[in-house]
Amino acid sequence: MSENIKIPTMAEMAAEGKEPEILFWVGCAGSFDDRYKRVTVSFIKILNKVGINFAVLGPEESCTGDPARRAGNEFLFQMQAMTNIEVLNAYNVKKIVTACPHCFNTLKNEYPELGGEYEVLHHSEYLQQLINAGKVKVQDGGEFKGKKITFHDSCYLGRANDVYEAPRDVLKALDADLVEMKKCKTKGLCCGAGGAQMFKEPEPGNKDINIERTEQALDTGAKIVAAGCPFCMTMLSDGIKNKEKEKEVKVLDLAEMLAQQL
Amino acid sequence: MTIIQQVLFVITLGIAGFFVFKRASSIRRNILLGKDAEFNDQKGKRWGTMFRVAFGQQKMFDRPFVGFMHFLIYAGFLLINIEMLEIILDGILGTHRLFVPVLGDVYPFLINFFECAAIGVVLACVVFLLRRNVARIKRFHKDEMKGWPTSDANIILVWEIVLMFFLYTMNATDYLLQEAGDAHYPVVGSFAISQYLVPLYSGLSPEALVMVERSAWWVHIIGILGFAVYITYSKHLHIALAFPNTYFSRLEPRGKMKNMESVTNEVKIMMGAPAEDSGEEVGTFGAKDVKDLQWNQIMSAYSCTECGRCTSECPANLTGKKLSPRKVMMDIRDRAEEVGKNIDQHGADHDDGKSLYGDYISKEELMACTSCNACADACPINIDPLSIILDMRRYVAMEEASTPASWNAMFQNVENSQAPWAFPAADRFKWAEEISNSVDSQQ
Repeated sequence: MSENIKIPTMAEMAAEGKEPEILFWVGCAGSFDDRYKRVTVSFIKILNKVGINFAVLGPEESCTGDPARRAGNEFLFQMQAMTNIEVLNAYNVKKIVTACPHCFNTLKNEYPELGGEYEVLHHSEYLQQLINAGKVKVQDGGEFKGKKITFHDSCYLGRANDVYEAPRDVLKALDADLVEMKKCKTKGLCCGAGGAQMFKEPEPGNKDINIERTEQALDTGAKIVAAGCPFCMTMLSDGIKNKEKEKEVKVLDLAEMLAQQL
Repeated sequence: MTIIQQVLFVITLGIAGFFVFKRASSIRRNILLGKDAEFNDQKGKRWGTMFRVAFGQQKMFDRPFVGFMHFLIYAGFLLINIEMLEIILDGILGTHRLFVPVLGDVYPFLINFFECAAIGVVLACVVFLLRRNVARIKRFHKDEMKGWPTSDANIILVWEIVLMFFLYTMNATDYLLQEAGDAHYPVVGSFAISQYLVPLYSGLSPEALVMVERSAWWVHIIGILGFAVYITYSKHLHIALAFPNTYFSRLEPRGKMKNMESVTNEVKIMMGAPAEDSGEEVGTFGAKDVKDLQWNQIMSAYSCTECGRCTSECPANLTGKKLSPRKVMMDIRDRAEEVGKNIDQHGADHDDGKSLYGDYISKEELMACTSCNACADACPINIDPLSIILDMRRYVAMEEASTPASWNAMFQNVENSQAPWAFPAADRFKWAEEISNSVDSQQ
């Protein structure tokens, strides 16, 4: 199988005088977080399987600056942004796909003002396109068929960018039994990690936000909580561990679920 | 007799107009304490948003029952204002029901329609009073609602009910005076709702009826003029400012943070690129006080009705943290009022040593925000508390350099290893090797 896994970098492609159709922006979590690396691999497998002409930046990728900007450090954000834009523009990048809604939002909405104009898609949107185009076909009777699954809307995908249907369409393609939480879509509840909260302890309160959200997810009776964001995945997994339900309830990314069924 | 009443009426109108004008000017001045910002783009979309969200009340109906109740008050208010035009003209000209000859048969129909609208207003006000004072709905009893904000709400509701009562009294006695053949009162018949009040006054002499009718008329109109002055001090100002507030609402995707041009310039210089001289003086980075906000952000604070839908959706607030987006908006308004008062009393350059950040809004509140946009989405008139919270965080980070230690560590990681976590930048692509290895070992 190893010959099937191809992860070309932009530098390699450029050396061959080629340009990929899409740049897969892996993101820091997708590169370093052990759990989220599995999502990266799943997405790569899908791209390989479908034969998409893609590349990653590899060692040339860098944090988009999202957490720095949300924490108030505009200088650091803009330095990151301008450095990244220089790299992206040097490779003449046109289209970016990423599995991180924070990277997605920043690349899509905040880079244009600093000179970086790209077509940016979240991997759920891209997967939806592949499914709609018939390029990705789910085998009949996949392991998620009829399974109760609830989708957690990531704020940076949903409210921030109005992407609500794409991830649900992916789950529908898996023939899963999609159940909604008490708070979903525009009313979805944050996992507690956005706005750079991922990188510090929460302020004192009577509960952590991820616990509240986990309770809402568990209330649906779903055995799988689908996520489309590395932060949400960490927060919900921690919440489920806190509730000692990790044996019964799994948190899975859309790409992981789809990759398993191809 | 009528000429005295006419003169008194014009004087009353003048006094009310004067106070409203004075307050409006001072509110305008306070709003313009904020920084310049232009909104000349996408005019069609802006008008559309205003029409849908403010005029059409679209987001109020996210909560259908309350949306409907609010719509009753709103529609009643708009309709009854048409009648106000006649009342004011009658007052100035010494006439009574000036529009009867103009509108003919349509006139009684219109008045009946207004009376029905007024019953809707009364009904909704009663429901709202019950919701606020009996139903113990959580968001109406948060800390920031103690004292004036709660009485303000009750005053408004009771005032509206009283106004409607005097409107009905006016019409009921009017009908009796028509019956009595008083030449001043044109015959238009009895009215849909006030006919039920007629028995209350039917025993009175014509002179007493005129007294009651005139008194009700005066109380009603003074009540409305007083209300107009009162709302400039009240959260009820939303009846006017909801319209411009929605016109100036953000049209970009919610996730987009405002770019800081002043920083762009400095970063360009740091990176060795030719910088454009914007000619703009770099003031404070981020927002410490109201003057550091954009004017539209201060205006939105004056537009806020303190309904608390933002706070009730805020994940930080829901889990017991100190942050309440509604309180942020209320603090901005209070601080803008305070700064305005200082200017009136001590001149424009007076510094009271206080600021929005620190004296009103604490760091703990600001730090608790997850930037999830639930508050902005929940606001029925498109107020964006998040943009303000983030502007204030910029002050904490860039001017005060007092972000939490773990954020400082994250900043350092981003700077040194290009990721928020302390992994060596050289390992960034290691995952690819790991897959190949694991795939190989599976073979």
